[in-house]
Formats: sequence, structure tokens, C-alpha cells
Amino acid sequence: MSAAVAVGVLVAAAVHLLLQRGQLRVILGFVLLGHAVNVLLLSAGGLDRRAPAFDGAGAEVADPLPQAFALTAIVISFGITLYLLGLLSADGPTGGGEKETGDGPSATAGGEGETGGGPSATERGAGGGER
Amino acid sequence: MSRLLVLPFAAPLLTAALLLAVPRRRTAHRLAGLAVTAAVLVLAVALLVVTRDGTVPVERIGGWHPLVAIGFAADAFSALMVTVCAVVVLACLATTAASGDDHDPLFVPLVLVLSAGAYGAFLTADLFNLFVLVEVMLVPSYALAALGGGATRLGAARVYVAMNLLASTILLAGVGLVYGVTGTVQFGDLAAAARTSPTVAVAAGVVLLALAVKSAVVPWHDWLPRTYPEAPPVVLALFSGLLTKVGLYALIRVYAVVYDGDPAYHGVIAAAALLSMVVGVFGALGEATMRRVLTFHMVSQIGYVLLGLALFTAASLAAAVFYLVQYILVKTALFLCAAAVHAGHRTDRLDRLSGLSTAQPVLALAFAGAALSLAGLPPFSGFVAKFLLIRAVGDAGQWVAVTVAVGVSLLTLASMLKIWGGAFWGEPPAPDEVAATRVPARTVLPALTLAVVSLLLGPVAQPLLGLADTAAAGLLDPDAYLRAVSGR
Repeated sequence: MSAAVAVGVLVAAAVHLLLQRGQLRVILGFVLLGHAVNVLLLSAGGLDRRAPAFDGAGAEVADPLPQAFALTAIVISFGITLYLLGLLSADGPTGGGEKETGDGPSATAGGEGETGGGPSATERGAGGGER
Repeated sequence: MSRLLVLPFAAPLLTAALLLAVPRRRTAHRLAGLAVTAAVLVLAVALLVVTRDGTVPVERIGGWHPLVAIGFAADAFSALMVTVCAVVVLACLATTAASGDDHDPLFVPLVLVLSAGAYGAFLTADLFNLFVLVEVMLVPSYALAALGGGATRLGAARVYVAMNLLASTILLAGVGLVYGVTGTVQFGDLAAAARTSPTVAVAAGVVLLALAVKSAVVPWHDWLPRTYPEAPPVVLALFSGLLTKVGLYALIRVYAVVYDGDPAYHGVIAAAALLSMVVGVFGALGEATMRRVLTFHMVSQIGYVLLGLALFTAASLAAAVFYLVQYILVKTALFLCAAAVHAGHRTDRLDRLSGLSTAQPVLALAFAGAALSLAGLPPFSGFVAKFLLIRAVGDAGQWVAVTVAVGVSLLTLASMLKIWGGAFWGEPPAPDEVAATRVPARTVLPALTLAVVSLLLGPVAQPLLGLADTAAAGLLDPDAYLRAVSGR
């Protein structure tokens, strides 16, 4: 029950942020949405609705698999959040009005964004391996 | 053989990691990218030979219990998809190697990681790994979509990332719900689970919804024509061949395994399919640049494949598989042609182009072949695909769907003629008007090769038809696949 309330509140806040105008709020909205799904994954380990995944696991033993799922999902969403922030900084502060056009700054910042994607690719391999 | 199942996923990933260590060696990047993709292609063809008779090789990494192991399995459908995608990646890498578009030191590694994710997604036998592998495929695509920068491209990339991130989050939630109610995410244990339990059907429905968003099925198609045309032109060809098709493959696989083709949902899928066909083709008719027309067409073609899934008969599934395979080849060829036009003229607006058929006959030949195949004219493979599909739909007595399919085909031809009339027909513009550079023929060769393959698959369709039949039989009666996957 508490998990359901937590997911509901997180999703409501996330949707509110996603519908805002600023890019940063959208990114924060995705962070919250990711948290909501992680809570959902953890609550999927509850054994009150189904048989235990492993033989001999009693009602007091938590199912380890959803925790591995959540761990992998956290790594992935962390990498993508970094990349989104990279895209945001590639364009400068929205509505700041002072700078830009010209491919110079965008091109270099795009490069930063890609390195943000690069390491996460290897981390993802590791995260999948743990599962 | 089953040990080798990991290689299509692992080999490109390892190669990409090694290439990152030598960022300045462009020749090494090109050669390694082409070599590892060619190796995957050889392996995939070997897999086709093995799975041709319905055998299902399975590999569980580390030999863990089937419930927790990272398992890879191949049936004829998976092997076909891996083969076609390897061909697409090979064509795109060859094009960029010839045109020099791969100057970014991250380009080849990103493409390799993307392709590794796609191959992995075709071979995985587990819902959660499907999510992970789709992410492995999407993260490099986020970077590729923004490659080169520029305000419009970055704007489109933001929409693209946001939309796919939302879909991925929904997919993950769906996987979590499926685990919550069944205690497993492995296809073998999920067999027909949604047919017996409505709770599972709801949970798996969330997964199907997310996959439909990723495959750009109407009414969730809007992000596709908004974002794809702004990506770098060759990258767009790669995306069209791999990304939405992985979504479509997963949609077909999950529906066949978890729902066991439950007839209760055929109407919904058919409605989405017909809507996609119609909306996509009308959208394409209204666009004014080559890439936008072609991108909207993707929505329409996805509808055709879904129509095959909606009927869920042996004939319609075989037609859908055949359609999917030939359409990936044709669409990539068309996008590679559009990329060549863009490389030569710095634009692909139809009102700024003309006379390409005399200025660049090789390019015109490649485009004409692929366009006629897309529209479904004999003797191209597109004709065989549409004929099979329409016959299967007619056999099922769905005459409305037959009418829509034929009508949409005619409109497809009309929009291809629009591109042809705008860009290829007419007098070449005076040389002083447009700063056009002639694209060397070698950059068009990969596209031409794909068009020729599509032409050959028309008259010599029998081998592919046989494979499509085996794949359809495996989807219709997935017992062999499920037994192999669950290890029982």
C-alpha cells in the first residue's frame, strides 16, 4: 500500500514537471518518473500475490531479482539523465537571450554529451552482467 | 553453435570499446566496423541455416538456472532479423566510409554499440533483457541523432530522447508489473500467461503499449516524423533500418508468446494497423522534402506488418515476416539515396532539386528500384510481400483491410512519383544557380546493392519465403522455442 502511494505521488509530480516548459524541469520530471518505476520494481518483489521465485524461500525472504532489475534501471536512467543535461548545456540557458547560434559551442557541447553516453554504455554492460 | 549466439551482441560491443582507445585512426575504425559487422552477418547466415528446420539453439551465459540466466535463443525469425540488420549496418558503414561522413571519432563505435543492442534484442529470450538491450541500442542513438550539432538538430534530438525515454520508462514499468504478477520475465515461463490471467494481460499490455510507442504505431507516431528527418542523413538510414524495427519485432514476439495470439485483441491491432497505413501515407503525400516523405512512409509500412500480426494466421504471419525483411532493405536504400542527394546539394527539398536522373544516373537507378519496390510493383520484392499479405487478408475475408491495403499502395506510388518528379525528372539546374557537387558513384553503391537485392528477392523469393514460413510457424506454435528457452 505504501509503495502504491509513493508511486502515485512520484508519478503525479513527474507528470506535473514533464508538462512544464523548461527543459530542466522536464529532465527532473524524468528523474522522478524513473524513481517511481524503481519503487514499482521493488514492490514487484513482494510475495503476497504469487509463489516465491526460488524453491525454499519463505514469506520472510525478499525476492532478489527485482532488486537487480532496479539496480540496472538506476544505472541506465543515470546515464541518460547525464546525456539530457549535456544536450541542455549544448544549447545554453533557454530564454537567457544572450548568446548563440553558430555551430561552435553546440558542436563542442554535443561532444560532452556523447562522452556522457559513452561510459554509460560500458556501465550498462556491467549492470546487465550483474543480473 | 549455441555458444556463438552471444557473439552478435558481444563482438561489436568489444570492438567499439577497443576503437575508443584509438580515436584518431580513421582507417582502423572503418575496417574494424566493416569487419565485425561482416562477421556478424556470416554468423547470422549460419544461424539461418541451423534454424531453418525449426531448431532453436539456446545459450545461457555462465550456465545459470534458466530463471536468472542471461539467455540468448534464436529461431528463424530472430536469425532473419539479425541477418537483415547486419546487412543494413554494413551498407550504412560502407556509405559513410566512402563519403567521409564518419569523421567524428565516436561515429563507428556508436554505430557498433547501437547494432549490438539491436542484435541482442532480436536474440534475447527474456523480457527484462529485452528492455536492457533496447536501451543499449537507444543510448548511442541519442548521441548519433545529435551528432554535428546545430539548433534544429539538437531541438529534434531533445524531443527524440524525451519521447523514447518516456516509452522506455513505461516499458520498464510494464516489465516490473509482469514480474510482480507472474514471478518471471522469461519467455518460456510466460507462455500464454496473458491468455489465462487477465491480470497478466493488463501488465503485458503496458509492455505492448510501450513497444507500440517505440515502433511509431498510430496514434503514437507523432514523434517519428518530427525528429527523424533532423538526424544526420546516413544516421537516419540506420535508424530506419534498426530502431523502430526492433520495437516491431518485440511487439510481434511478445504478442505471440505472452498472449499466444489471443483473438480477443485482433480487432484492436487491426484498427491500429489500418490507421497507421492511412495516416502514414497521407502524411507522406503532404511533405516537401525527400527525407520527410520517406519518414512518414515508415509509419505507413509499419501498419502493413502489424496487419499481418493482427490476423495471426500462418499465411499472414509469413507475409508479415517477409514484408518486414524486404521493407528494411528497401527503406534503407531509399534513405541512403536521400543522404546522397543531401550530400551533393546540401538540401533535399523537392522544389529546390531537379534533373538528378541525368546528372546522377547511378543514384537515380538505385532510387527508382527501391521506390518501385516500396510501392509494390512487380517484379520487385515489395510486390511479392504485398501480394502475400493481401492474399492472406483476403483469405481471412477482411475485405475492408484488403481495400485499404491496395489503396494505400497506390498512394505510396503517388508519393514516390512526387519525389521522382520533383528531384529526378526535368532539366538539371544551371550550374551557377546551385552550388551542387557531384556525389561520387561509390557512395551510392551500397544503396544500389540493396536495391538490387530487393529486385532479386522478387523473382527468387523462394528461399526467403521458406524462411518466412518457418518463422511464422514458430510464432504460431511457439512450443519448440519456449521449451528450448525454459530448459525443460
